[in-house]
Amino acid sequence: MNKEEMLQLETSIDQMMDLARSNGLDFYEMRFEVTPADILYTFGAYGMPTRFSHWSFGKAFHRMKMQYDFGLSRIYELVINSDPCYAFLLDGNTLLQNKLVAAHVLAHCDFFKNNFRFAHTSRYMVESMSVSADRIRSYEMQYGKDPVEELLDAALAIQEHIDPSYVARRRPRKEQNSQDQDHHKQKPEAETPYDDLWELDNLGQKKKKEEPLLGHQKIPARPEKDLLLFLMEHSKVLTDWQRDILAMIRDEMLYFWPQMETKIMNEGWATYWHLRIMREMELTEDETIEFARMNAGVILPSRTSLNPYHVGLKMWEDIEKRWNHPSKEERERWGYEPGRGREKMFEIRETESDVAFLRNYLTKDLIEEMDLYLYQKVGNEWKIVEKDWEKIRDRLCAARTNGGFPVLLVEDGDYMRNGELYLKHEFEGIELDIKYLEKTLPYVYRLWGRAVHLETVLEGRPVLFTYDGKKPHRRFL
Amino acid sequence: MSRPNFVLSKEDWSLHRKGYQDQLRHQEKVREAIKQNLGDLISEESIIMSDGKQILKVPIRSLDEYRFRFNYNKQQHAGEGDGDSQVGDVLGRDGDAKQAPGKGEGAGDQPGIDYYEAEVSVEELQNILFEDLELPNLKRKAQDEILSTDVRFNDIRKKGLSGNIDKKRTIMETLKRNALHGNPGIHGITPDDLRYKTWEEIKTPHNNAVVLAMMDTSGSMGTFEKYIARSFFFWMVRFLRTKYEHVDIQFIAHHTEARIVSEDDFFTKGESGGTICSSAYQLALDLVNGHYHPDRYNIYPFHFSDGDNLTSDNDKSVRIVRELSSLSNMFGYGEINQYNRSSTLMNAFRHIQDPNFKFVIIREKREVYKALKTFFGRGSQMVS
Repeated sequence: MNKEEMLQLETSIDQMMDLARSNGLDFYEMRFEVTPADILYTFGAYGMPTRFSHWSFGKAFHRMKMQYDFGLSRIYELVINSDPCYAFLLDGNTLLQNKLVAAHVLAHCDFFKNNFRFAHTSRYMVESMSVSADRIRSYEMQYGKDPVEELLDAALAIQEHIDPSYVARRRPRKEQNSQDQDHHKQKPEAETPYDDLWELDNLGQKKKKEEPLLGHQKIPARPEKDLLLFLMEHSKVLTDWQRDILAMIRDEMLYFWPQMETKIMNEGWATYWHLRIMREMELTEDETIEFARMNAGVILPSRTSLNPYHVGLKMWEDIEKRWNHPSKEERERWGYEPGRGREKMFEIRETESDVAFLRNYLTKDLIEEMDLYLYQKVGNEWKIVEKDWEKIRDRLCAARTNGGFPVLLVEDGDYMRNGELYLKHEFEGIELDIKYLEKTLPYVYRLWGRAVHLETVLEGRPVLFTYDGKKPHRRFL
Repeated sequence: MSRPNFVLSKEDWSLHRKGYQDQLRHQEKVREAIKQNLGDLISEESIIMSDGKQILKVPIRSLDEYRFRFNYNKQQHAGEGDGDSQVGDVLGRDGDAKQAPGKGEGAGDQPGIDYYEAEVSVEELQNILFEDLELPNLKRKAQDEILSTDVRFNDIRKKGLSGNIDKKRTIMETLKRNALHGNPGIHGITPDDLRYKTWEEIKTPHNNAVVLAMMDTSGSMGTFEKYIARSFFFWMVRFLRTKYEHVDIQFIAHHTEARIVSEDDFFTKGESGGTICSSAYQLALDLVNGHYHPDRYNIYPFHFSDGDNLTSDNDKSVRIVRELSSLSNMFGYGEINQYNRSSTLMNAFRHIQDPNFKFVIIREKREVYKALKTFFGRGSQMVS
């Protein structure tokens, strides 16, 4: 991008922002930065320009950069959920490519700002991650590079096992609180707001009586999904700086989580809008062709995975069409007014995430139009095994649940009354990768300091994997 | 209407090196992983049978980022067809699916790729391997001549040629002196501050070495045994070449008689018949006495066999091996013994108490590494 092109891009972005706003998009202030390829790929690998250092990011960076160098793939967009919103453009892109990316990114920013899933994400994460990176660096100085790296290895291995749900945020954390809650539940319905005053006298006495009977207090009181948090609060081997690093990784994961949960919606939304915005821009003939070619590349369907840009775009366009032109039945039975397409789209972009989006709006017609299917390994061949639209939709929903990660719950933090950790995989039909499981348990052990168990299901039978610091073993239950 | 403003900028990012730094750390870890897997890697067929120049793909499993995840092979995945996909259509077979890089979800999730492949050149592997090896009993030969001189800048002096001024050190001296006088900063460079780089002439002695590669080609030596011998010689020759300018190799194949053969024949042609090891030892001794005089050559006779020697020949073998050992830098005997039999030859060799004589038993492929360590390891000890 030379000076001339930068000026042109600036003018175009100005126009595009006006267009976007007049269409109802609502975004933060934008900061566009033009960077060379290796910088863009660095940010892509780390997920954030200011994130801490770890070899796994270096590995990702190397792979992405290599694919770019060989012309195999190309990142077009990189946008950070923050206020102001940072977007990175590739210096080597043509002017038109960067125009398209800028338009695309505006819609992402609108999504970040308005989708309910993102409501609780910190908009100052660029700064927070920078502070975290500094702290991790200072721990490296103080405690040595290797101990810090070992801890990061372990923490990153289980970073997906947090509880990002809205409910979890409101739930009292400490066991004591939850016991108090149980206690409240047992009481008869209060007649006045002051009824509980009468019981204050008994409160202390009751507890005294109960405690010796309770004996073994279960930790956690109810199964805990947030493994990272549980380890932070209950592990006896972690030092303060180690807890601090776990907390940082957890915060970063909570920040990234909504992006994983809304991938199809978000990419579809951005693609829908870059098309609309670019169509209203004045383009030369050459630019129009280049634009069409680039857009076709972005939404190119894949035989072996779902292209979120394509599926998302199709779904948004379908929603617009259906609510613009409701059928006779819809009009009569539910009173749908025609011409409500955009309105419905903005409602959905605010209130849904991928799972609900797919379940509610991926229709039979769409699945047939896109020729979606499910495939599976049969022998050593990957074969199409399912064309039934409901099964496809349900499988897609399942694959997006919990970000596509298995759900593990901490069942017992004092298993066998020996301080051992008992995790349970909420089995829903798909087995875990055993090799990976056996290699990951030692990381949990490193953070917990005592034997770690994980219950899951293999070939229809419950099985318990254990790592006790020496080697992994398994036994069927 | 008041609109949110935007900024379009293009900063100088040339100092942002984080990605490269972490990439370096990753490569360091790959190196560590290679080191841990040397035993398996150096007996890789693709290396031994190669010309030693190409870059190899080596599976490094320990660099996976392990996590709890679903079994990719045991679940259903979604894809998009071109309009007429049918149940039963085959999308790909194991292994070739990786050619279809998917968009969006990342190519790493494609079927068939379940471990990280690091690229290693044979040279890199060799450097890692040879880090821990050394030549035992290296003797200076009478014919050591000064063959090549080389120039290396490795000294700093106060006098020298002005073209060789060491600017950094000169500035440092200025800084130090000024700081001592209570007036820190870079100003007033005096002649006393000047530092010059100076060179030294390096004299590299000219060394020769000869490897007498002996192998049992009797009927009992199968492909496995030959492969082991081949792997060992492959690395040994490479190793010696890093230490000597010229390394000659003589291939001696023997059953009941010994003869000098070409490298190709040595590794490929099998013969049958009984085994008389002393025939090979005698031929090696003749070669040493004839061509490769110990005054001029560093001599490394190595013999690989399955140990199944004619019992009556053992005494003679031991006698010649003793003589050969005394002339050589090292005599190595490797017994390839997959099934842990006790061999007559080994029993005889156990009594040789010459520090130049070493033996090792190789039971499986990865033990080629053990053999190399035994013969060339630092402070090497005998491993039986």
